[in-house]
Amino acid sequence: MATVNDVVIKIATVNGTGSASANGLLMKSIFRMGIPVVGKNYFPSNIQGLPTWYEIRVTGAGYQSRANRVDVMVAMNAQTYARDMAEVESGGWLIYDSTWPRNKLLDRSDITVIGIPFSRLCNESFDGARARILMKNIAYVGAVAALLDIDLDVITGLLEETFAAKAHLIDSNMQAIRLGFDYATAHTTCPLPMRVEKLDATGNNIVIDGNTAAGLGCMYAGATVGAWYPITPSTSLMDAFRYFCGRYRVDPETGKNTYAVIQAEDELAAIGMVLGAAWNGARSFTPTSGPGISLMSEFIGFAYYAEIPTVIFNVQRTGPSTGMPTRTQQCDLLSCAYASHGDTKHVLLFPSDPSECFHMAVKAFDMAERLQTPVIVMSDLDIGMNDWMVPELEWDESYVPDRGKVLSAKDLEGMDKFYRYLDVDGDGIPYRTLPGVHPKGSYFTRGSGHTKFGGYTEDSAAYQDVVDRLLVKWETARSILPKPEIQYAKFNKAGIITIGSGHGACLEALDQLAEDDIGLNYCRIRAFPFSEEVSEFIEQHDIVYVVEQNRDGQLRTLLINDIDADQRKLVSLLHYDGMPIYAGFISDRIKDEIAKGRAA
Amino acid sequence: MSYIAKPKVSHPGMPKNRLGLTARDYEGTVSTLCAGCGHDSVTAAIIQAVFELGIEPHMLGKMSGIGCSSKTPAYFVSEAHGFNSVHGRMPSVTTGASAANRTLTYLGVSGDGDSLSIGVGQFVHAIRRNLNMCYVIENNGVYGLTKGQFSASADIGSKAKKGPANNQEPIDPVSTALSLGATYIARGFSGDKEQLVPLLKGALVHKGFALVDIVSPCVTFNDHEGSTKSYAHTRQFYHHVIDIDYIPPSKEILASYAEGEAMPVKLHDGSSIVLHKVDMDYDSSSRASAFAYLRERFNAGEITTGLLYIDESRGEMHELMGNVDKPLSQLPLEGLHPGNDELKKLQNRYR
Repeated sequence: MATVNDVVIKIATVNGTGSASANGLLMKSIFRMGIPVVGKNYFPSNIQGLPTWYEIRVTGAGYQSRANRVDVMVAMNAQTYARDMAEVESGGWLIYDSTWPRNKLLDRSDITVIGIPFSRLCNESFDGARARILMKNIAYVGAVAALLDIDLDVITGLLEETFAAKAHLIDSNMQAIRLGFDYATAHTTCPLPMRVEKLDATGNNIVIDGNTAAGLGCMYAGATVGAWYPITPSTSLMDAFRYFCGRYRVDPETGKNTYAVIQAEDELAAIGMVLGAAWNGARSFTPTSGPGISLMSEFIGFAYYAEIPTVIFNVQRTGPSTGMPTRTQQCDLLSCAYASHGDTKHVLLFPSDPSECFHMAVKAFDMAERLQTPVIVMSDLDIGMNDWMVPELEWDESYVPDRGKVLSAKDLEGMDKFYRYLDVDGDGIPYRTLPGVHPKGSYFTRGSGHTKFGGYTEDSAAYQDVVDRLLVKWETARSILPKPEIQYAKFNKAGIITIGSGHGACLEALDQLAEDDIGLNYCRIRAFPFSEEVSEFIEQHDIVYVVEQNRDGQLRTLLINDIDADQRKLVSLLHYDGMPIYAGFISDRIKDEIAKGRAA
Repeated sequence: MSYIAKPKVSHPGMPKNRLGLTARDYEGTVSTLCAGCGHDSVTAAIIQAVFELGIEPHMLGKMSGIGCSSKTPAYFVSEAHGFNSVHGRMPSVTTGASAANRTLTYLGVSGDGDSLSIGVGQFVHAIRRNLNMCYVIENNGVYGLTKGQFSASADIGSKAKKGPANNQEPIDPVSTALSLGATYIARGFSGDKEQLVPLLKGALVHKGFALVDIVSPCVTFNDHEGSTKSYAHTRQFYHHVIDIDYIPPSKEILASYAEGEAMPVKLHDGSSIVLHKVDMDYDSSSRASAFAYLRERFNAGEITTGLLYIDESRGEMHELMGNVDKPLSQLPLEGLHPGNDELKKLQNRYR
């Protein structure tokens, strides 16, 4: 298995031991050598003492998803040694801390086991329990560097940047790197046949997680009120917003903030705050995850009916119920699309990577204010918390925010009388006013039955008039939301539809299928309600594989429900074990289907 | 239809406030509550308080949840913005509204079901944030719209119209607010407008969380013999502890008060409240002694009323957060991000 720039390294450690920074150092070193990387963090719902893994896929080809294989395992956790060993591909390598004797029964003859006495080396070189634990992590970075031929100068450069203010830490970290590097070099033939080599494939790219990018997007979009209740895996989104606001949203003259982050008592309150702020004209948002959506549902329905711009980020995790909070899924499509009692439906945006989290954050505010309705950005743990290589984020300086139909004091001055829910323009979107702007703008916001004039009603016709007009708005939404990304391979009768974090795996699967001369067309949906192009794509094909990460085929259900797609054509490919979907899963199943006689 | 516009009847002799408006200009639609409902008296007191303060109608946010009390914002100040939210969630909506625009006056009207059961979490957390609002609880010990179930403020031994007496400890909003650090705590009675109007005025002007708990009897489901929230019971057991006068910024405090009997408190906008002690043992500036006194009277079955606690020194939510003075919702969006060059620079840490 001699390969260059195509290797998966997995590191097994105990959480709370500081391995995250070591793993980040390792990944970034490879990235800085110009080689695309994918970083996945498989962590427990726990703070300290449980097994955790970090996986680095080195992919010269620049794929975005995980590979579902491990070539080099760094087994630093005795607790999980047996399963870590079992996971290594035949012909692969396992590195372990040989300070303590290993159970010979756990040997595998088809892999190479490399023992490095990390603990002993670090105990001899460093003082203090904490330092020894931390440096052991840095030492395995050194060993992997030797084994894979990672440039030590790049690592040194990174350490110098990280510890610019603490020079003594650069020295001790480099010492630890050398411990691992030198030992591996002295006792093993380095580099391994699977190694890395400088490439020029990362120029103008960054490595970032989706929550950070979304938080940054909210700051650029001009959000001023963020309300939230902490919940994994969405918490780091608000952390990022707060961080960027701390840097760029403090008035230099007064030292006062031009933003408000409110930690709510629960999700019921977080969404209420978002509604109150939006009602008053602020761009406001809340990040949450599935359980939070359940709690917010009542207010989401209120925002739909009272027509209040509302931006929600749902960083989905594995359900149902508490589920697996640190594992990924796309399992809230239905609960978000139809959140709340009564006839409600909501705009969803589906970012596929951190870059799109940034841009869709901005889009979400524009769409929410344009449509005066909730917009839910459907991220997930895989996008939100893992490290993705994406093109550098760019801000379009010509961007003009879409604040929607908001009447100014001048507009109101010239009006005879303002009515809140009239469809003046025929697009189903009424005009709104902001409190405090003008005496003529006052109206009563309510979730109870109301007429198009804004008054309370229990009259059937007046009630129905308003809910029917909301359907007109729904069609307007369909026409202005982001279009799908569609690519045609060649003339054929089969296609793939996916959303969000399934994108990278699908693109790679298309390449794998092309190797077998199977060319499928591809449609990545970016918004709900589905645009005309999605309907056409389905109509053009005999078979459409709907690739999604939940058990029940929720995207398929939405396609049938929203655009009356022919359900006989829609074949579900469902990946829902909590791990991010990968290309081989998709290509293997499609090959199976073709073998069974499905169209290709 | 329960939406009936009230005809504007006005005559030239009606008194006008500083904006040149009459009390009529602060009215709303016709109430649809039961005849004799205490809430309608509270509505009348609110109209008078807002009128006398001369609040511009469109600068008032009328916030509510669900229940009989929460319907009432429709019955006052038609030209104010109203937000009738979902059950128990008025505090969070008001928190967001205030975060976005701190220049409006927020008047929340809630009930004992809305604030002490389904919304108790939001009620207590709004207090902790010292949200700048006037929070009225129209407290009748009973669920009206669902026809007469006990609420969490029902006293032990209070009899339901049909069925047994309550045997669970009541939640007293006043002592709850006191323990949580509310900065203006008052209790009134819907049947005592003379006392209530200045309490509401002080609450509307106070910068921070101002609770006005108002015993407001439910004539239909909780006004019978054996109920501790009936008109008759309230009249018999309520005591003025501290009465107040509200003195607007333009007026000076003319009367001189004897030491210990009356104390003027300056509010942030230059107006004043003069506290008149009815019970000389009471100290409304000490949380600890106020708490002890109130619990003792409460246990004795008395309904203590007046401005029971005030602290003008603590910052409200925006001050605690360190926000700019200008409403966040009015900041131009283009000034809220550092542009593309800085975006490029800040991404160096992701390379």
